[in-house]
Amino acid sequence: MADTPREPYVGRAMKRVEDPRLLQGIATYVDDLRLTGTLHAAFVRSPYAHARITRISTAAAKAAPGVVGVFVASDVNQACGIVPCAADMPNLKNPQHRALADGRVYFVGHAVAVVIARDAYTARDAALLVDVDYEPLPVVTDPEAAIKPGSPLTHPDLGTNVAFEWSMSTGDDAELERLFKSADRVIRQRMVHQRLTPVAIEPRGCVASYHRGEQSLTLWTSTQIPHLVRTLLPGMIGVPENKIRIVTPEVGGGFGSKLNVYIEEALCSHLAMRLHAPVKWIETRRENMSATIHGRDQIGDYEVAVKNDGTLLAIKSRTIADIGSYPQLLTPAVPTLTGLMLTGCYKYKAMRMDVTGVYTNKMSTDAYRGAGRPEATYLIERMADIVANELRMDPIRFRQMNSPTSSDFPFATACGLSYDSGDYHAALAKARRLARWNELLDTRARARKDGKLFGVGVSTYVEICALGPSKAMSAGGWEWGCVRIEFSGKATVITGSTPHGQGQETSFAQIAADRLGLPIEDVVVLHGDTNVSHYGRDTYGSRATVLGGTAIVMCIDKILAKTRTLAAHLLEVKPGDLTFEGGRFSANGKSLGWEDLAPAAYVAKNIPPGFEPGLEASSFFEPENFTFPFGTHIAAVEIDRETGETRIVKYVAVDDCGPQINPLLVAGQVQGGIAHSIGQVLFERTVYDEQGQLITGELMDYPLPRAHDIPEYVLGSTVTPSPSNPMGIKGVGEAGTIGATPTIANAVMDALYPLGVRHLDLPLTPEKIWRAIHLGEDDRGGARIPEADRSAPRYTTADVGEGALEVGNV
Amino acid sequence: MSELSRREFLGTTAAGIVGSSAIPAPDVVANQSPPAPVSAPRTAIRLIVNGRERDVEVEDRWTLAEMLRDHLQLTGTKVGCDRGECGACTVLLDGAPIYSCSYLAVWAASRSVETVEGLAAGAQLHPVQQAFIDHDAPQGGFCTSGQLMSAKALLAATPRPTADQARAALTGNLCRCSNYNHYVEAVVAAGASSSIVPESGRGDGQ
Repeated sequence: MADTPREPYVGRAMKRVEDPRLLQGIATYVDDLRLTGTLHAAFVRSPYAHARITRISTAAAKAAPGVVGVFVASDVNQACGIVPCAADMPNLKNPQHRALADGRVYFVGHAVAVVIARDAYTARDAALLVDVDYEPLPVVTDPEAAIKPGSPLTHPDLGTNVAFEWSMSTGDDAELERLFKSADRVIRQRMVHQRLTPVAIEPRGCVASYHRGEQSLTLWTSTQIPHLVRTLLPGMIGVPENKIRIVTPEVGGGFGSKLNVYIEEALCSHLAMRLHAPVKWIETRRENMSATIHGRDQIGDYEVAVKNDGTLLAIKSRTIADIGSYPQLLTPAVPTLTGLMLTGCYKYKAMRMDVTGVYTNKMSTDAYRGAGRPEATYLIERMADIVANELRMDPIRFRQMNSPTSSDFPFATACGLSYDSGDYHAALAKARRLARWNELLDTRARARKDGKLFGVGVSTYVEICALGPSKAMSAGGWEWGCVRIEFSGKATVITGSTPHGQGQETSFAQIAADRLGLPIEDVVVLHGDTNVSHYGRDTYGSRATVLGGTAIVMCIDKILAKTRTLAAHLLEVKPGDLTFEGGRFSANGKSLGWEDLAPAAYVAKNIPPGFEPGLEASSFFEPENFTFPFGTHIAAVEIDRETGETRIVKYVAVDDCGPQINPLLVAGQVQGGIAHSIGQVLFERTVYDEQGQLITGELMDYPLPRAHDIPEYVLGSTVTPSPSNPMGIKGVGEAGTIGATPTIANAVMDALYPLGVRHLDLPLTPEKIWRAIHLGEDDRGGARIPEADRSAPRYTTADVGEGALEVGNV
Repeated sequence: MSELSRREFLGTTAAGIVGSSAIPAPDVVANQSPPAPVSAPRTAIRLIVNGRERDVEVEDRWTLAEMLRDHLQLTGTKVGCDRGECGACTVLLDGAPIYSCSYLAVWAASRSVETVEGLAAGAQLHPVQQAFIDHDAPQGGFCTSGQLMSAKALLAATPRPTADQARAALTGNLCRCSNYNHYVEAVVAAGASSSIVPESGRGDGQ
């Protein structure tokens, strides 16, 4: 062990321990598993958005050589239960989605039958031999039309397309109306948050294997939530929870799409038990696009009450959430997160949000990176620009005058939350400095003089992370961890927050190595196998490092307290006389390290009275509050007048996620998040036609950002610790996606401002922008900016000093 | 070692397992000993994989990705879309990057294929692999093999690429974690390191 104190690991840009196996092609993803005797599943899926199944003929498929069985609803639905929805939505009308379509399909991609064969080729070939007769039914695709009287019904049995209605408000609606009446202006805008497809590059997949002797089931599945699957799957397939083991091997991205319990997991598990052989299913890309979950898809009518001096008074939102055809795990919860975060970075007094969740004949929506918060931030930050425009105010000045200052924290929001800590003005000032704001405005002025369309955009944001306190979560919001000092003195750290690319094998080792005084090479982080990581609430909502990391800290503190008594006993001193530094307990010039103490604890021949042998501790960390990371992003864009194409010429992000465990990993998360926003703002939109056919069912039709679409980023940070956990950390997995969408959209709209364009809905494709430039087409005929205002300066250079210029990653 | 017929192998094991079922479902009873699946036409090919000569009897419908993953146990090549859209399956064919999901195995007869498994020389990582670690390029890792192979092809042709050249070379490889800038930095850095030599000077996988 090093004698000289070393620099802490926490805070350093440590290289990932995960990388060598990923880079040599020797990591194991689900599709890389090879179990002897594995049978392969292929699904027959509906080509219709809504139809009655009048006949299914499986004879030809069953007769195909190599086919083991073909299963339809009547064979398996009773045994596979109902797809669980864990969102707490009391008045939810649930159509009870089951494993296979029973008599009626209600979205394109709805599974009708599953073929099991001795190889994947045979299974897929035989799936084509299953003959299904459909009688098409009226299709519901427009959520606004769907709630009007006389609309066809997605689920005729429910008698309505309204899945739920949910409202939240500051509390006093009379006060809200009074504020609206007393306002100098009420500014309205309708915005569409388009449907998006998460597209993890690794598709879903699972392998189920049943051990008849032990009567135990093992399910390897590409999921973000092995522990929630272990909690929920038993109720579906009738195997006791303590006989189910869920293993997540390497997971190649999730973004929310693997934050669910899916029918394929239940079916493969059931069929593995029934057929006494491992059953494997690997999702095709088309299945991934059409039969998992989509994200976003809200339409909102927003009203903002302001005074002429720019004071923001109150906000009203009426939102229609198109949730597709049935609730997946968290479907109804997503728009509620939008409501909770409607405050944004602003100190207005009252709000009200009314959400109508609507069933349509489409795939379910659920959490996609950001899950409800990007919608909130986008709408409020777009509204901030629209309001500032109308008041002829500098949009930055508008934000500054309406945001809380650092002394306002903890900040009680109009939405009933308590923001833990923040310094929004500092992040805004830093972003301006890094962006060389005044130079950008000069560049814009010159560009406009030259007839170019150049725009700058800014967005502040605050997000809700570390989901969350159990009182606010339907299935527990804590996180579990376990730390064991092995006989050798090396440490094994086990977390319930299973990463899927975030790098917690590295960052948790940094945390543990520092606290234990061990070299990082002596710490191994295990996760993703419920026989090893017994409990957990998994990885979503930017929660893993805050909650999982804190659980590890709690475990280590328990071990340190226990080990102190052992060291005191062995050194014959009082526990209070010992110091602990560099992994050694010392007193009176004598010291013991883990390599001495761990064997003593396990051999257990010379231990203090009452000392429980071994050095292991587990902990559940229950947070008191969410965390609220925040920041400011700035973008500059140039639009090609002839093609309508947008080029991002500068991108600056200042994010405050509290102290950073590993800045390299933070940068990776922020960059990835911004790229998702570039996709949402400029290209991505999941499209169903009026027959409910998915038009964007392939990556040829659904454009993801590519290497050449991504600008250089200037990344900076401020550090405002959260009081809600001992490390003060806040979470960063979704920040980029939340801050960047309004930033880029605001920059594009600023570029189009001289043309009088007030608002365009996303995505801002070249065609849409070209039409706005050349044909004067705005979304839904939105009001255009008056001629007289179009030359008015937006964004001034006056109020914030630029300070010293900084460039690069700061 | 000659390639064992997967269909024969699976045929034996699966029939045994299904046949021994104590409580088979009704659907399965009818198929207690299902005949082996019908084989598609096969062709014997010889090719070089990561510097090593391999003889494989391939079904004519196998893609190169399938042959590598399922029959040569080289699972480092990933299949993300199976239709030439995402680039996760990129391998090098006679040094040029191709989507192995959209290329038939039989077409690779007498040619040289390089996969991610052939990049490192024993324990010594290829400079581009080391650069990927140094620049925190992978996150989920599923697209990474393809990114590496595209990068390798670029570096073989252009040992000192600019960032724009690196972006262009990687543009056929989707990454939803979207750490593109770290990938680009890594490729540029790998080029700047003196250890990259033109392709003819290396004996990958030997």
